[in-house]
Amino acid sequence: MQQDGKKNETICWMDQNGELSASCPHDIEDAILVKGYKTAVLTRHIDRQMIILQRQGTISFAMSCLGEEISAIASAAALKDDDWIYPQYREYGAIFWRGFSAKQYVHHMFCDANDIIFGRQMPNHFGSRKLNVVHVSSPIGTKIPHAAGAAYAMKIQEEKNVVLCYFGEGATSEGDFHVGLNFAAVRKAPVIFFCRNNGFAISTPCQEQFACDGIASKGSGYGIHSIKVDGNDFFAVYGAVSDARKWCLDGKGPVLIEAMTYRVGAHSTSDDPSLYRDDEEVKKWQDKDPIARLRLYLEKKGLWDSVKQQELEKEVNQQIEEAITEAKVTPKPNTHSLIENVYFDIPRSLAAQYNQWVKTP
Amino acid sequence: MAEMNIIQSLNHTLHEAFSKDKKLLTFGEDAGNFGGVFRVTSGLQKQFGEERCFNTPLSEAGIVGFAIGVAQKGLKPICEIQFADYIFPAYDQIVNELAKMRYRTGNEYPCPLIIRTPYGGGIHGGHYHSQSPEAQFLHTPGIHIVFVSGPYDAKGLLNTAIQSNDPVIFFEPKRIYRALKEDVPPEDYFIPFGKAEIAKEGKDVTLIGWGAQHHQNMLAAKELYESYSLSIEVLNLRTLNPLDIDAIVASVTKTARCVVAHEAPLTMGFGAEIAALVSEKCFLHLEAPVYRCCGLDTPFPNALEHEYLPDALRVKKAIMDIMEY
Repeated sequence: MQQDGKKNETICWMDQNGELSASCPHDIEDAILVKGYKTAVLTRHIDRQMIILQRQGTISFAMSCLGEEISAIASAAALKDDDWIYPQYREYGAIFWRGFSAKQYVHHMFCDANDIIFGRQMPNHFGSRKLNVVHVSSPIGTKIPHAAGAAYAMKIQEEKNVVLCYFGEGATSEGDFHVGLNFAAVRKAPVIFFCRNNGFAISTPCQEQFACDGIASKGSGYGIHSIKVDGNDFFAVYGAVSDARKWCLDGKGPVLIEAMTYRVGAHSTSDDPSLYRDDEEVKKWQDKDPIARLRLYLEKKGLWDSVKQQELEKEVNQQIEEAITEAKVTPKPNTHSLIENVYFDIPRSLAAQYNQWVKTP
Repeated sequence: MAEMNIIQSLNHTLHEAFSKDKKLLTFGEDAGNFGGVFRVTSGLQKQFGEERCFNTPLSEAGIVGFAIGVAQKGLKPICEIQFADYIFPAYDQIVNELAKMRYRTGNEYPCPLIIRTPYGGGIHGGHYHSQSPEAQFLHTPGIHIVFVSGPYDAKGLLNTAIQSNDPVIFFEPKRIYRALKEDVPPEDYFIPFGKAEIAKEGKDVTLIGWGAQHHQNMLAAKELYESYSLSIEVLNLRTLNPLDIDAIVASVTKTARCVVAHEAPLTMGFGAEIAALVSEKCFLHLEAPVYRCCGLDTPFPNALEHEYLPDALRVKKAIMDIMEY
């Protein structure tokens, strides 16, 4: 690993023009970079469509990851498919990387009968057992100790896997963050804590969230190897997670990665960021777009061009359109699912409530 | 068959279970080498290793949160919250995560685990070593609530909790941890959840309790029989969720009178739920309203805890009152 998180040192290997530093130690396969780019384009398109659908009143809610796509996708790309991921709501790029289809995602966003979780949670609470992605929970920090526990279970069962847990910088003010890091450090659990520092917790900026020098320094306080990277740089993120994974599997304990990025979009469709931040600031970050940066790199390497771009956009739009068309005619979840999975078996008392109040004769 | 107290029974059960099932692990504050402040996990670290029995940092939210992840990954944690009074830092983890996990993940990441915790008064523990917080968890669907009342039940209920596919909060009556001895069979046995024990049959009044309170109820029943030949049917619920409503209805239908006694404060205690269910299901059989004999609606006191607690004397008074209604 390159460094401990020291003041103002943010690792960046690829600049905004897609130029890779000659000293970059990470050699990433072309296929991974291209897949990462394609996943980012899908993520951005689906993101935009979901917000439109919410504005049209078709779905109840949506959360954008605009401008932060690469942090989630490059980190997921550096894992093995049987590593576990505990995402927050803004990292659907990670589950797309794992193979979650546009259809599966849109059914979830519609909370319909084909939603894996039977419409039981709000949109953006994706997950999949098959893909080793634990479903999102709205409370922002609660999963951090879960990730530590799951990683500890992997360790004592001698699995060669790690857990990666995503959260935002706002979550680091919650007790669960501190507790999760401390438990993981003490038990030397193979878990990568991945903080997307995107500048805002809804409307609250970093300087009103913490007085220290970012998140990485908090990890050091728990004896956790900590590193700060440019979250919009595929190489920096991928490299940090690859190194962290190795560190974890070498039995050295957890790693904290702070990925510096910016929430270009609103917190959610219920938010209006024009009330609390300058358009100028947003514009500045729009110019640091992580997807455009990766595309420039790929083009320079001859891995991408405008023809491929056109084909990809056509394909992605078609996938999304088909998914939306299907979701629009998919009914609500089966009513009986209301009382399933509260417990392993349906208790008699709950079945009686259902039969008395819900079931139509 | 060996005579054991509750601590010994739990410790014996954990040893037996750990030797059979490698997926079990236990942790909590001081639960490692020391064996817990009440010594329930005593000897486990030595026999099964530090990876399966260890001390945790001092954070209840951490203990439960960590256990959730361990359970999601397929192991079975039995974690200890040192006193039920200290379970509240873990309340969010229990209510918002543990209880909802199977549901909110569409059955994909359930986390069956056990939270063992000593509860209840009578040990000069003041506010923070005496409370009975069961009602705070009974209002949350998704977790089983179990109460131990003796060494025999301790083993049978813990074995069932270990087999359970759902999360369990396992309340242990610290007041009688060592005070009560019973024969505990060496072989495995299981006491099913949702099956109350009819500890004493009777025909005049149904008296319902759980945990340490059950023994005050038994004492009251015995004395009322000796003094007034009153025949009290005493139910020890064993689990509050699931609740053995059939046993309650069968008993109250027979006796026509029902008293519920619990240590927790009266208002919004589980007695209120039982009273509602009995009035709904036994209305035409009742000779009197359901009476509740409970802790006062105060913080748990210290010097006056015996005045606060619904001991046998107060239970007897409640029964005399209901007989005169």
